[in-house]
Amino acid sequence: MKTEERLFSWRNSWFSLSLGGTAGLVVLSLIAGFLVLPYATPNSKLGSLWDAICSAAGVPRATAPSEQVAPTFKTSAVVMTSQMPGPTDTRSVGRGATLAMQCAICHASGRHSQPDTPNLEGQPAAAVYKQLRDFKAGARVNAVMTPFAINLTEQDMIDLSAYYAYLPRQPGLHPDAGVPAPAIVIRGAAMRNIPACSSCHGGGEVKAGAPWLEGQSAIYIKAQLQAFAGEHRRNDISEQMRNIARRMTAQEIDEAAAYYASRP
Amino acid sequence: MLNSKRLVLAHFWLAFVVFGLALLLGEWQMFARSPLNPGLGNSDWYYRSVTAHGSAMGYVFPTLIAMGFGYAITELALKKPLIGRRWAWTGLAMVAVGAVVALIPVSLGLASVLYTFYPPMVGNPFYYIGVVLVVVGSWIWVALMSINMIVWKRENPDKPVPLAMFANVAGAYLWGWTAVGAAIEVLLLILPVALGFKDTIDAGLSRVFFSWTLHAIVYFWLMPTYIAYYTIFPRAIGGRLYSDAMGRIAFILFVVVSMPIGVHHLFADPQVGGGFKFIQSVFTAMVSLPTLVTIFTICASAEIASRLRGGRGPFGWVKALPWGNPMMLATTFSLLMLGFGGVGGLINMSYQLNTSIHNTQWITGHFHLIFAGAIVIMYFAIAYDLWPHLTGRILKTGRMMKAQLWLWFVGMIVTTFPWHYVGILGMPRRMAFYDYANPEIAKQAFSVSMSVVGGALLVVSAVLFFTILIRGHRAERADPGEYRFAQAVHEPVRLPAALNGFALWLTLMIGLTVVNYGYPIAQLLALGSSTSVPAVYVGAPQ
Repeated sequence: MKTEERLFSWRNSWFSLSLGGTAGLVVLSLIAGFLVLPYATPNSKLGSLWDAICSAAGVPRATAPSEQVAPTFKTSAVVMTSQMPGPTDTRSVGRGATLAMQCAICHASGRHSQPDTPNLEGQPAAAVYKQLRDFKAGARVNAVMTPFAINLTEQDMIDLSAYYAYLPRQPGLHPDAGVPAPAIVIRGAAMRNIPACSSCHGGGEVKAGAPWLEGQSAIYIKAQLQAFAGEHRRNDISEQMRNIARRMTAQEIDEAAAYYASRP
Repeated sequence: MLNSKRLVLAHFWLAFVVFGLALLLGEWQMFARSPLNPGLGNSDWYYRSVTAHGSAMGYVFPTLIAMGFGYAITELALKKPLIGRRWAWTGLAMVAVGAVVALIPVSLGLASVLYTFYPPMVGNPFYYIGVVLVVVGSWIWVALMSINMIVWKRENPDKPVPLAMFANVAGAYLWGWTAVGAAIEVLLLILPVALGFKDTIDAGLSRVFFSWTLHAIVYFWLMPTYIAYYTIFPRAIGGRLYSDAMGRIAFILFVVVSMPIGVHHLFADPQVGGGFKFIQSVFTAMVSLPTLVTIFTICASAEIASRLRGGRGPFGWVKALPWGNPMMLATTFSLLMLGFGGVGGLINMSYQLNTSIHNTQWITGHFHLIFAGAIVIMYFAIAYDLWPHLTGRILKTGRMMKAQLWLWFVGMIVTTFPWHYVGILGMPRRMAFYDYANPEIAKQAFSVSMSVVGGALLVVSAVLFFTILIRGHRAERADPGEYRFAQAVHEPVRLPAALNGFALWLTLMIGLTVVNYGYPIAQLLALGSSTSVPAVYVGAPQ
């Protein structure tokens, strides 16, 4: 519709009213949001008006330096990556086989380990390597295992983990594929912030550094969960296993242990 | 005069097919996380489904309805053939291809990032490319609507632009500018990471850009509904529109204030300052104005129709309304749901009250009531109104239409009211599994189950809807006569330039965007990579 009126002119009341109204509203909310409300916040520690404006605008401020509380115990210094423990070859596996002679007294090769020690055949290399590093550094302590680990070199640990990863996984002692997976294994307990065991430890997925639990002895799994819950074992990097184990019920621990022990 | 019948029908059918499939996913999701289901073995299925449901319902379905309805309005209101019909088909093809390209990685579990993207989660690049294709296809529509109006104005210098077309172009401009935020987010921030050129992402900045789109997109979805209120409803019930100018002002207000307010979605986010949150809260409150203007005008138009039919008294006229008319029923239900949803929205936009419902099921309940309720029920009504003109056949299943609209209304209330309630109880959203054995949330089990029942009613309603439309294609041929939009009590003869074009309003819209978003975006850009975090690839091998 052709009209003679000029739209972008202060004489046009549509222009002046809409622009003036919008600008007025912006100014009013600027005053309220940047000058009044910052001081109305309880416990606001704002100094000058400029501080208030910067705070309302969201200018990042450096937080006050806080002292780091050093743990009273040794923590794991291992940084897990999906490439760990590094490239290995058949020679590495061979050296690992020789070194593993001293392990076989507990972690039996070709037959089942004692119920209080884990089965190492077929474990992901990263899982074995991380535990060896932690035993050597003292982040994980065991009267039998620590003296063995202390004397291992970096290459020894790489070779040992390569050797165990090379071996085929051993079936469980009482394999029974018919047992249905308990809820804690396949779903976790979302309301208690417990992820499914199978999301890291096999069955669903294996995450870097996590051991494969299928076929492990129930006694060993249960003992480790109790150790995590009771703060006797603290080498989980982000405290994830301690948090999970603390929130698991005794029944869930039994169910998970029994289920994994029954898996092939 | 409707020349592009096949074009409009293609848009509507593609939209409704997508809607039907996504609705089934929605009902399955309601069931999957309810106590009626013992729990999903793998929660990934839930997130795949939510992503597909949200992307289809949020990006594809309403966009296609707005596009198809927009093409119909152009020809019916301007009474001349659409300019650029080939481009319109190209736009439709892009939306269709984009939808398929996006949904394949989603169904493979490679992009379970939900339709709101949620960086630092990053999915398969084809998901984002598909969404971009959908948006670019819709931008073709934006350009066509603008061109058609400008050409018509040049040819008819002495006539006011018909209200339906004015509103349609308002919706197009609103969408054109609104989609820019998500487009920047996807093209500049997410895709480089999804394609592997970068492995960190500024999640905060991404969320700010997305909020630019996220709120006003709802008003884009709402536009066909409001157009139907103003230009179809008064005619369909045998009355007149109370005020043409009120309609124009309502649509103008949407263009100006519905976009620079999205930060109210980020009230709990640390990367935006409290001052900007407050300003955007104030402007969010302003969006209630066009809705209040509309409710007044539409109720006044209904009163006019009723008094013409002999309705008397201060309230007696309500009884005399044509309650058997599907459009009357749909508009009433729509306004009721808009009312409930709008009141809930006031809580969402309040900087303080928001804290109590932020990220709870209340929010999901709220936007379903507004979008799936108030808006989609009018999409049905628009389809019923246009179908005879599109097919050249009679659409006479009146009783089934009424049953369908009633079921949708009741179903939506039964779905969303318990949903709001569990939100107040603190039930978080975006979760696949709730342990109802936990005494703290055990009492929510009943409400969540009710929502499943409501969802089932919606599925039945949708089945009726499809039955009606398909029957409409098989009915006997009949000339539906000329299509008319509602006439106003005082049809505009001369209009001030401000109510007949968008130059001033687009200037204000862009100006307000700069004021409300300029500093928060500039600050995050200036902080550079120090605000970036490692991307979390969804569906990637560990």
